[in-house]
Amino acid sequence: MGDGALSVWEKSSTARVVPSARPRKLAKVPFVELADGRLQGVVSSGSDIGRVYVSSVEAGTYAFACSTNNNRPCGGARGWFCNHIRALVFEAVLQYGVERVTRYLKVEVGGEAPDGDDVTHAMTATRPVNGDGSAAAQVFSRFLRHLAYLEFEPATAPLPEMQWFPTTRAVA
Amino acid sequence: MVPDDEGGGVMRADLLGDSVDGVDEVLRAVDGFDEVLVAGLLRPQPAQAEGLAALAVAVAGSPLAARVAEAAEKTAAGAAGEDHFVALAAARTALLGSVHDALVQRVEEAVGRARAEEAATSAGGSAHAVNLHAAARSWLCDLARAGWQGIDHELVGGAAPVVSAMLPDPALRRLATLLDGFAAELAACCPGATLERVPVRRWADLWSRAMLLTVPGAVSAPAVTEVSGRLLPLGVDVQEHATAVQAQVHAVLEPADGGTPRLVRASVSAPKPDTVVGAGLWQSLRPRMALLAAVSEGRAMDLDAMPMTGAGDLLWDDARAGAGEPAEAFATARVALPAAVAFATAPLDRHPAGIAVPVLLEGYAVEEDEGRTVFRVAGLRLPVDTDRMPAAGPLTPEAVTASGACVGLLRWDAGEFLLQPLAVERTVRKKTVAVHAGAWAGGTADKAGVRAEKAATDAVKVLRERAGKLLRK
Repeated sequence: MGDGALSVWEKSSTARVVPSARPRKLAKVPFVELADGRLQGVVSSGSDIGRVYVSSVEAGTYAFACSTNNNRPCGGARGWFCNHIRALVFEAVLQYGVERVTRYLKVEVGGEAPDGDDVTHAMTATRPVNGDGSAAAQVFSRFLRHLAYLEFEPATAPLPEMQWFPTTRAVA
Repeated sequence: MVPDDEGGGVMRADLLGDSVDGVDEVLRAVDGFDEVLVAGLLRPQPAQAEGLAALAVAVAGSPLAARVAEAAEKTAAGAAGEDHFVALAAARTALLGSVHDALVQRVEEAVGRARAEEAATSAGGSAHAVNLHAAARSWLCDLARAGWQGIDHELVGGAAPVVSAMLPDPALRRLATLLDGFAAELAACCPGATLERVPVRRWADLWSRAMLLTVPGAVSAPAVTEVSGRLLPLGVDVQEHATAVQAQVHAVLEPADGGTPRLVRASVSAPKPDTVVGAGLWQSLRPRMALLAAVSEGRAMDLDAMPMTGAGDLLWDDARAGAGEPAEAFATARVALPAAVAFATAPLDRHPAGIAVPVLLEGYAVEEDEGRTVFRVAGLRLPVDTDRMPAAGPLTPEAVTASGACVGLLRWDAGEFLLQPLAVERTVRKKTVAVHAGAWAGGTADKAGVRAEKAATDAVKVLRERAGKLLRK
């Protein structure tokens, strides 16, 4: 049926455009996202259970920033990717797959089956500079918004719109 | 081949391979409009004016004619207002509604099952959350002007505050969930200028649907009746995007008063963080609907005055359901399904993507064709969507390939009918074993399932612990 110019994928109502996130352990990096032109997220402090670091790397320039949720700069992120940022990149690759992360950040990685470390190396090799860290508050508020999704009650009224979002066995 | 007397199967499968009269023509008008949205409507080009005009012509014989003709003209002139965009979305929705009706009629001929005539209408809507609806509509109009090739992070990010404000209100869940999934998808594809390919029909679908849901009264509380009787599950369909999940149990309801058995659905859905996946989906839904546990245990449930919409959607309430006798899905599909009558679809939900007709297939040959699994049955080659099965479940593409019988949902997408497997029967050491996609819905003792459950529990535990520390400061 149909003989127009559009391909089968273009004519699909239920094409999978974004694969599901891959399951990963959240203890170290509870939140990571590709948004606002940055890879950004929240990394747990290794020493203080009540503290988290807000870390980000800008797409294209790889300008980076890392500070605590109370806006104190991270000691490790002076002139170089700190361990929080490295963990963030690593977990982003786990969650979204290396292809989507590198495309978003505009990173060129070679070799077979590159991993998070390869992506980090490719970025640090360009000697990126410290960003201004002004996004930290916004990233943190996006993390809180993300956590708020746990608080919504399930409902049993049907959502017909979800027919457009079939489950898939494929992951990023 | 499925013998006619076997019941429950697709009796005239060959009909599903034939083209349905008029569908191609209607879809051509839809495609023409969908192309218009690719480049956007800020400065419409002549080709776009053609697509808009063709949409208006396609609904010229309907009550929408005058409004759509005006909308097409204004839009082509780059002078469209929000009401014009709503009119275009309505025209497109009406066209796909007619395609839905033609396809459903074909399915009924093929499966030889009846459908009730008229869906009950809604109980009447109220103008609820007018400002949020207006904000959503304004964002959608900006999208239409920019076009899919014109989207950027700033534009797409405009949906976030609207979604955040809508999610806490259960009455706005439908629109909020749709916008949330749509915006996340657009964000993942930004900037639009560098997109190699665009999901043209899909995004036009999501856009039109969202547009209509912003019209006050479009989604109102449906009229409900109360039903009692035995509910025999056939299987579970799972739908998910990054921040929402829904499970729908398809089942046969045998009314306590001895009336006609009906095909019904029971749904449960929840917003979720994007890191809740796999078995985490079941965990977030399980506490709200005991039916999921019944499905895993292979049991029926006894309903007592359960509310149900005119479209056959049970509005599940655990207090009105009790555990029933063991009931195997394949037995239900063989014995109860052939006599079950489906409800008519709610008017706004008439879209080919919503077609999900439970069927039993037996006696098919399994073939691999260009990487797709295909069932050859009664002269038809029916593609099987082996990707559309939950990751947290024992039903795998391999199990489908090795199967001899399948309970599934007949669907339609991109010009063809497809089968979505819900369960299969296969022979292992001369014994017939059933494998269900939703077997882990209520929990599982399966080794891989237990591992998936633990991973999901740990993920939520971390998030809750973080939320406890950070959210209430």
